Amino acid sequence: MRTNPRDQGTPARSESTTVMLEIDGIPISVPAGTSVMRAAAIAGTPIPKLCATDSLEAFGSCRLCLIEIAGRRGTPASCTTPVETGMQVRTRTQRLQRLRRAVMELYISDHPLDCLTCAANGDCELQDMAGAVGLREVRYASSGASHLDLSTDASNPYFSFDPSKCIVCSRCVRACEEQQGTFALTIQGRGFASTVAASANERFIDSECVSCGACVQACPTATLMEKSVISMGQPAREVKTTCAYCGVGCGFVAEIQGDQVVRMRPDRDGKANHGHSCVKGRFAWGYATHRDRVLEPMIRDSISEPWRKVSWDAAIAHAASEFRRIITEHGRGAVGGITSSRCTNEETFLMQKLVRAAFGNNNTDTCARVCHSPTGYGLKTAFGTSAGTQDFDSVAAADVIMVVGANPTDAHPVFASRLRRRLREGARLIVLDPRRIDLVRSPHIEAAHHLRLRPGTNVALMNALAHVVATEELIDVDFVRERCDQTEFQRWLAFVGHADNAPETTAAITGVPASAVRAAARLYASGGRAAIYYGLGVTEHSQGTTMVMAMANLAMATGNLGRPGVGINPLRGQNNVQGACDMGSFPHELSGYRHVSDSTARAAFAEAWGVELEPEPGLRIPNMLDAALEGSFRGIYIQGEDIAQSDPNTQHVTAALAAMECVVVQDLFLNETASYAHVFLPGASFLEKDGTFTNAERRISRVRRAIPPLAGMADWEVTVALSNALGHSMHYAHPSEIMDEIARLTPSYRGVSYAALEEHGSLQWPCDEAAPSGTPVMHADGFVRGKGRFMITRYVPTEERTGPRFPLLLTTGRILSQYNVGAQSRRTDNVVWHEEDVLEIHPHDAENRGIRDGAMVSLASRSGETALRAHITDRVQPGVVYTTFHHPETGANVVTTEHSDWATNCPEYKVTAVEVRPTNRWSRWQVESESRRRQRDQIIEPST
Amino acid sequence: MANQIAAFFAAYPHEEAVACTADHMRQFWDPRMRQALLDHVGVHGRGLVPIALEAARRMAAMDGASPPPTPKTPHSTRSR
Repeated sequence: MRTNPRDQGTPARSESTTVMLEIDGIPISVPAGTSVMRAAAIAGTPIPKLCATDSLEAFGSCRLCLIEIAGRRGTPASCTTPVETGMQVRTRTQRLQRLRRAVMELYISDHPLDCLTCAANGDCELQDMAGAVGLREVRYASSGASHLDLSTDASNPYFSFDPSKCIVCSRCVRACEEQQGTFALTIQGRGFASTVAASANERFIDSECVSCGACVQACPTATLMEKSVISMGQPAREVKTTCAYCGVGCGFVAEIQGDQVVRMRPDRDGKANHGHSCVKGRFAWGYATHRDRVLEPMIRDSISEPWRKVSWDAAIAHAASEFRRIITEHGRGAVGGITSSRCTNEETFLMQKLVRAAFGNNNTDTCARVCHSPTGYGLKTAFGTSAGTQDFDSVAAADVIMVVGANPTDAHPVFASRLRRRLREGARLIVLDPRRIDLVRSPHIEAAHHLRLRPGTNVALMNALAHVVATEELIDVDFVRERCDQTEFQRWLAFVGHADNAPETTAAITGVPASAVRAAARLYASGGRAAIYYGLGVTEHSQGTTMVMAMANLAMATGNLGRPGVGINPLRGQNNVQGACDMGSFPHELSGYRHVSDSTARAAFAEAWGVELEPEPGLRIPNMLDAALEGSFRGIYIQGEDIAQSDPNTQHVTAALAAMECVVVQDLFLNETASYAHVFLPGASFLEKDGTFTNAERRISRVRRAIPPLAGMADWEVTVALSNALGHSMHYAHPSEIMDEIARLTPSYRGVSYAALEEHGSLQWPCDEAAPSGTPVMHADGFVRGKGRFMITRYVPTEERTGPRFPLLLTTGRILSQYNVGAQSRRTDNVVWHEEDVLEIHPHDAENRGIRDGAMVSLASRSGETALRAHITDRVQPGVVYTTFHHPETGANVVTTEHSDWATNCPEYKVTAVEVRPTNRWSRWQVESESRRRQRDQIIEPST
Repeated sequence: MANQIAAFFAAYPHEEAVACTADHMRQFWDPRMRQALLDHVGVHGRGLVPIALEAARRMAAMDGASPPPTPKTPHSTRSR
């Protein structure tokens, strides 16, 4: 049911002082500032309401929540009346009942009386309130003026807007403003002519609406209604779970009929999202039942043959047999596995366990390799822990917010909404980005400083900011003295204070004027609590790790760590990047970030698993690919990853895959990597399995099975079966038992269990005996490593250089409606917003090349060439072009190179020297890949 | 990549830079990658910067392997 019986009408207040009053004779004590409406709901005497809901500030427009207060004249609205000590309130008198019925009568006189056939029947607050006030007749003639003939706007793929059912309560408008922060909706007209309008009275699909669904959630009638509910009817049961898209990890309630999901409702108890959502999490779940799902295991002897459908047993046996053969013929180091950040902690843990225990090597890696591996290395070096320092709630206490190489409104939209709310409250914003992201200037928000640097010069800019802090006496001396290693600090101070790092010097490198750098540094250091939020624009560089350390230096130098409102916060790209790293997916460390050479840690695993573990680090993904081409790596098990689309230099990746003897792909769909696979094992979507995800704020949340696995097995069951077939015994009755093993072997998860998660809702690690309820903010009393470590972060230019052949720099990113390689989001109606990847190019560069807006262009680098449409915009600076990587037909990574971060091998996706020119045809790679796709999709049906 | 690692640690005193570069490769490189580097150093070591070259030798010593011989040809600037 969407109507929430727990809705207390207005938001909670957190004032420490309480107020005693009496409502309908019931004494009640509530925090000062609480509305009478909320106090009455808490007292158990809820007041009828229509325009009020506790996710929005009170508005006082519907006039249904009137009350009487002893000693006062009139009938004030309870939603906008704060409690006062000694107040005596009456919520139900004959006068109030009469007034409420009159108000309801007016509403209903202009509302269709089609309740029996209405999609909101049984889930309509207007219907509920008509009953609550005892409305029995409508005396006004139906022949009068009304809005009943207004037509429905069904342009949005996910919800419809039927203004004939609108009561103009403004809940949708306020939800768009307060929760989402887009300001796409308004009330146009006056008095009886008032109606809700999207942007300048446009269709929803043409408006600024970002389809977050907050307006649909807020609507008390069927005016804004999910099309899935209109077509399927009201759900019968619900299951709490966690979103499978970005690293925000929103809590959701899956509303279900039988074995079909009807609606995904953002969970008001979700601690990461507090009831908000984005277009992907709320609406783009249809991929789970898309016709492209492959639901039967398949094998083939060579990648040029069609697939043969086989039983699960046959597929598992074939895969195990092939891996055993390769190990026998080429040694145990010839095989490995890739875990996925789209999978649960439990599945990921089992994957690396299979590699370490059943394969007998450390050739396990995860897609975090290509996104946030520098975060793990950099933050562990500086603080001792490979994770962000804050919870998301912390942003509400920040005074200065520095966004570095991240585009939260597109990539982490629910967090972006909270960030924007804080900015509207007055926090100052500094943006470091080559591109003018939406956050730089959006409704009621304007960045104090947009440092529009050249791609690849992050470290030079961050050092310049630190130089200003160090040379203008902006260092938090007490914090540094108490919390940081003094020897390292003194070395850093001498380094960063050098004239080479002065903004006046670095301006020639970064393109950012010295005055802007100095002003931004002063604001960050002296503007109050300052928080850094960053994304892949930091990590995906040849100096990604250096940049993470440089930001850590800045935060330590200014004392911006260890309390709410500050910190260093990676915005993780995928839902379980943090968890996949926690689970020991990397080839050099076991779960809990303990190096494989740590004999004590290794002994604990050896005892638990009954096998000795290899003490040497294994191959990382790029190393596996190189080794495949060299001939020493011949078999791989890939769970939930599509490296042929997501990893850099596609032709290098596919050549390596083609060189292997056994490629096992486990996925929902036949992805690009499956073109090179010999075994395909059907995957299960997040709706089909139990487990946990760990989001960017280290929050461990439950994933719960809402519908049965369509292919018959959850992913963890497949890994168990493969391990058993390989001869390493695994037995778990339920993923909770896997989590119990994780907790036994992983210090930071020691206090985590499914029972504890049920009790707390979610838990942020470290969660152990010292912190049984988890740890929202890290390093409060001291760094995990002891003293914070300043690192010398000298700027080293990337080897990827522009020149006469490739004069432009390409940088890549994500868009709101699509998600990474698009395997999920491309199979939803989200394609109406982004049906193809386009290349953003500055008008100056376009004019020089004779490129028109919308024209097809060739995008070529030293690695390869593709073709796509151009979009001319000054969002990018001259000399820089930008595209997304959501569509395999475009293949943006055909162009990106193998340059990578010095410490972690994280690819340098953000800097590729390219040339762009007009074309009228697809590239040769695109033509060949289309042919490969057709071959990949050939399946022989078993004879009956 | 050995040169990239060396370039990061080059900001530190020479001895420390060599030790940190060697330690990094031991902690994060699969043994076959380390062996390939040592083989490269043993043949000519071309393309390695001095810190990387010294680190490779240090790594070999730490691993208990025979340090590769000193290259006979001058280094270019290309990395491995």
